[in-house]
Amino acid sequence: MSAADLPLQPSLPTRVRRTVRGYFKALTRNKAGFIGFLGIAFFVLLTTVGPEIIPYEGQPHFERMRPGARTLFAPPSAEHILGLDYKGRDILSHIVHGGRGLIITAIETGILTTLVAVALGAAAGLLGGMPDQIISSIGNFILTIPQFPLLLVLATILRFDDKLGLAVLLSVLNWPTLMRAVRAQVMSLKSRDYVEAAFALDLGLWHITTREVLPNMISYIVVNMIFTIRGAMYAIVGLMFLGIVPLAEPDWGMMIFVGRQQGALSGPDTMWMILAPVLAIALFQLSLVLFTRSLEEIFNPRLRQGM
Amino acid sequence: MKFLKSYTFRVLVQGIVTVWAVITFTFFLIRLMPGNPIQLKIDELMNRQGLTYEEALNQAATMFEFDPSRPLVEQYTDYMGRLLRGDLGKSITNQTPVAQQLLKYLPWTLFSVGLGLFISFAFGVAIGLAMAYWRGSWFDNLMTAIASIIYGIPDYVIALLIIMVLGVQLKVIPFGEMLGGSTQGVQPGFTLEYILDLLKHAILPVSTYVLSSIGGWMLTMKSSTISTLGEDYITVARARGLSERRLLTAYIGRNAMLPLVTRLAISIGFVVGGSAIIETLFLYPGLGRNLVLAIGARDYTTMQGIFLVIAVSVVVSNILADLLFGVLDPRVRLTKSRDA
Repeated sequence: MSAADLPLQPSLPTRVRRTVRGYFKALTRNKAGFIGFLGIAFFVLLTTVGPEIIPYEGQPHFERMRPGARTLFAPPSAEHILGLDYKGRDILSHIVHGGRGLIITAIETGILTTLVAVALGAAAGLLGGMPDQIISSIGNFILTIPQFPLLLVLATILRFDDKLGLAVLLSVLNWPTLMRAVRAQVMSLKSRDYVEAAFALDLGLWHITTREVLPNMISYIVVNMIFTIRGAMYAIVGLMFLGIVPLAEPDWGMMIFVGRQQGALSGPDTMWMILAPVLAIALFQLSLVLFTRSLEEIFNPRLRQGM
Repeated sequence: MKFLKSYTFRVLVQGIVTVWAVITFTFFLIRLMPGNPIQLKIDELMNRQGLTYEEALNQAATMFEFDPSRPLVEQYTDYMGRLLRGDLGKSITNQTPVAQQLLKYLPWTLFSVGLGLFISFAFGVAIGLAMAYWRGSWFDNLMTAIASIIYGIPDYVIALLIIMVLGVQLKVIPFGEMLGGSTQGVQPGFTLEYILDLLKHAILPVSTYVLSSIGGWMLTMKSSTISTLGEDYITVARARGLSERRLLTAYIGRNAMLPLVTRLAISIGFVVGGSAIIETLFLYPGLGRNLVLAIGARDYTTMQGIFLVIAVSVVVSNILADLLFGVLDPRVRLTKSRDA
């Protein structure tokens, strides 16, 4: 086909507008997915813009002790819509300031895991032989050991003053699932004509991986990344819950841990210190799971057209 | 010679190698943890009884029959040697044999997790089948929404919500009385009182396990059933005029369940170690909670014993999944024997 036969390309702004509109349509078409997207957007705003508006309360406020009360805990009121914690501090301020570190560490884990898994999976699949065997057996070994008990031990070894260390550790435990999927996909694509053609043209592993192999499974990779983020958040909060990660305020997981120690579960007036972060975590995780529906539509052109 | 080449033998060897690898890996990992049990004990003796460091060290060393200054490799060969003779050693913190401790914890975890898994699997499969059969109906939509929501929420969040909503806010469950494994003073034995007491204490962890895993079973069963519905043998069975009921149970349900049974077998191995948080929250005296306690006390031998149980259960459940799949699905059995 010569260039003259091709239909005239629309101008660039038109194309951009069409693409954006296409993505927006794919995003909104799945109602559950769109709700998930809105939920994530809400939490991103809450933890980035929120701290600018609501000041952080780190110091105890003894003057807020209600007459006749034995603790500083307080249920929601007009001034403090989520109530007060055991030091009389505003729980809303801790929700707003305590989500960022947790969410960022979880996202770092997701990105790191995906990069490592894709790189190792592509290497194992394309190179085959010895490298494949080594990568695959390490991956299978990690998959055999239940992660959380292992994490309990590992978490005490590393110092987690920097949360990046935790993200690295979680990635080490998480890469094998995606690696196996990438490897299998690479293996099955390796013998297809267009990849063989790319090999014949000597286009290099990098080109073949990024241009020929990955676009075929981008939907799977992105969804897997979201689930890794969700799993990382589960694990981090779980570690905090057991008091294993060296803990620093403000943090949602820390609120649950300290709240439990301070007897927040003893009554309806005190439980808000735990209820608030628990709901925040539940809603954030739920948003992530729902959002994957939209992601599938966005990244899977077949689904996009088929509907 | 034929046995050495057989599939069973290969699986067996692979299993043993995996267990050995996990034990070795965790052995060194555990000893990399900062602080060791003797150090913790010395600190305690010095603080509590005002002993000098020397005195405390001597006393701690005799208490533990364990010398952290010995080379690690020597400790390792020593441990493996004992393990091969079936000796798991003694708990460093309370001097009871680890094997005895494991036998004490394991039933609690097996009972609660096993019951939870069984209930969620049975109901999840039944509901998932119905969802697929009436797909698109209000029932399907409602159940899909419910399943997606509970599937997305972490198990400890579910547990905390149960406590806060039902126990603290509405006060419909006496959750203070339901913590722990059994009520003190109720005599263990095969009496109605004791069994009811056990069930009462198991309700919280079991319902948490059920709620946190049933959504996954429902969604998987639904999609598995929908793909089964398109199979030729279903069309043929329908053409033969079989009743819908028979079609649903014997033809669709049984075939759609196949992949789930494998997953069930695999997850049995994983939940043994995966209950640490829930057991800690409900003070349930199982393996998970005791692993957390052992880690806190740096009780090397107990930790090691629990990891051994976890490794063995994962390997056994994987083998079980493999065998079960062969038994349930004759197509797999056929290809396997052709291979051999």
